[in-house]
Amino acid sequence: MNTAVAPNRLDWQRLALWSVLLLFAVFFLLPMYVMLTTSLKDMAQVREGNLLSLPTAPTFDAWSKAWSHACTGIDCGGLKPFFMNSVLMVIPAVLISTLLGAINGYVLSKWRFRGSELMFALMLFGVFMPMQVVLLPMSQILGWMGIASSVWGLVLVHVVAGLPSTTLFFRNYYVGLPDELVKAAMLDGAGFWRIFWRIVLPLSTPITVVTLIWQFTNIWNDFLYGIVFSGAGSKPITVGLNNLANTTSSVKEYNVDMAAAMIAGLPTLFVYIVAGKYFVRGLTAGAVKG
Amino acid sequence: MGALSIRNVRRSYGAVDILKGIDIEVESGDFLILVGPSGCGKSTLLNIIAGLDKPTEGEIHIGGRDVTHALPKDRDIAMVFQSYALYPNMNVAQNISFGLEMRNVPKPQRDAAIQRVSKMLQIEHLLDRKPGQLSGGQRQRVAMGRALARDPTLFLFDEPLSNLDAKLRVEMRAEIKHLHNKAQVTTVYVTHDQVEAMTLGDHIAVMKGGLIEQLGSPDEIYSRPATRFVAEFIGSPAMNIVNGQRAANGFASHGIDLTLNDAQRSLVGNGHPDGILYGLRPEALLLADAGLPGTISLVEPTGPETYVLVDTPIGKMMARVPGKVHQAVGQNVHLHWSAAEAHLFDAKTERRVG
Repeated sequence: MNTAVAPNRLDWQRLALWSVLLLFAVFFLLPMYVMLTTSLKDMAQVREGNLLSLPTAPTFDAWSKAWSHACTGIDCGGLKPFFMNSVLMVIPAVLISTLLGAINGYVLSKWRFRGSELMFALMLFGVFMPMQVVLLPMSQILGWMGIASSVWGLVLVHVVAGLPSTTLFFRNYYVGLPDELVKAAMLDGAGFWRIFWRIVLPLSTPITVVTLIWQFTNIWNDFLYGIVFSGAGSKPITVGLNNLANTTSSVKEYNVDMAAAMIAGLPTLFVYIVAGKYFVRGLTAGAVKG
Repeated sequence: MGALSIRNVRRSYGAVDILKGIDIEVESGDFLILVGPSGCGKSTLLNIIAGLDKPTEGEIHIGGRDVTHALPKDRDIAMVFQSYALYPNMNVAQNISFGLEMRNVPKPQRDAAIQRVSKMLQIEHLLDRKPGQLSGGQRQRVAMGRALARDPTLFLFDEPLSNLDAKLRVEMRAEIKHLHNKAQVTTVYVTHDQVEAMTLGDHIAVMKGGLIEQLGSPDEIYSRPATRFVAEFIGSPAMNIVNGQRAANGFASHGIDLTLNDAQRSLVGNGHPDGILYGLRPEALLLADAGLPGTISLVEPTGPETYVLVDTPIGKMMARVPGKVHQAVGQNVHLHWSAAEAHLFDAKTERRVG
């Protein structure tokens, strides 16, 4: 095994590695490039048919059309209302599912009771369960609760669907926190909730960030629940994008479609850029050293 | 009135009995050590005293009050953990005052307690730091400060020194003793280290297999061990024990006569059909010109004294000799001791004779 490579000598292995990496980077970035450039072109240039050319006269017209007056079905208000629905859905759904996951994880790791391991195993099962399985029973329940077709119905669905993974994340993280911390706090006179708020939660920053990103990405990008459980006024952005791209008038406006797709994808991109380093750190970090 | 009274405490996990009936009375201001090998139940007993575990049977009384079913926070106790268990998200001052805050003590009093405790432990300069920025010894101090701040009626220590290096351990040991002399708070201290047990305790409870083998002062434990287990567990190097029988004019092992004095002879009498165990502490053995013959098989100098392992007809005997030893491995020597130094145990029950 020759692992010691002279730093300034480019041997063929290294060259091959770099080429492959570069190739993959181009492969994955190309669609992004096409989306971005197309969204900045006008229809005249799009019709020329050269997919890879740069926009000759860059314009944000397609973006503003996608945002506020593109047609989705018979409605021509752009993606804006869908975007707002998604925001209204994603914020409470992410916060509630993360908080509940933290509490579940805290109970399943630090306040074990008879059957708690079984409960955890059953929750784990939920992580691997295909989402389609719950569609019918869920719509039944939403109907009974009177929140079918509303944003709150979607929030509930996403909270329930997200709980297995958020619980798993927090539970596995809290197993690494020393039990003696909880015991010490009990002797100090703190109860269940005070230990959680004052000691356990402040130590959870890395896993909280991971869970927030995970949940945000999943819920923002969800299409299935969005299309099944939403009503006329509560469709999320993914459904809006689908409707927009499938609504054909006389011409297919690729630049508007691309701009709309960019708009739909930007929030998750933004979250990864802002919090991405915490994501990697949280996934790799071990227990908190005290 | 006893500060702590443990009455017939039993603890089982399913079919496994961890504690098989423990009775201990601790006087106010006493320093009690629970010592024993791992798995003897000493930590379980401490957790039961703290309220972190429940006894299957029996009662715990603290300060005359039955607290068997009371929550840990209602027992007026403080505990120092092996891992210190400092709250990593709080600074030292917050760590020390957290227990007071949880008990709704007003801020001025909390600050006063922080000042008092940090001065006593010389950690005033560390109050703003987080536990992660402290060394092992400093964390240990803060953990004790957190316990002291509450002014509890009972202190519990769970192997508090086992995470420290050897030098620091000796320092902190002295500090704990000093602190106890000053504060005079009743203390229960769990350790597996017999030196800690001997140096710190007013009383020592030697535990084995969920039972107390012997409860007594360090001197009693050392000079009159009640069982073979205690005799071998306390003292380093361990006591030499040889198997023997009553013989015509005394006591014999492997055909060699071993001396007994008159008192021992009358104690042994004609009983103990299974034989007698004859125990000698290493420091009772002297290298002499006459006595039990043997060959030196190992010499271990420690500086102030030397451990000499001697092969004799009755087995390997460890002698602990002051200063240096000029004999070398392989040399023939004689071991001499006075009969009064011998500890006698029944071979079957392994209990002390007399």
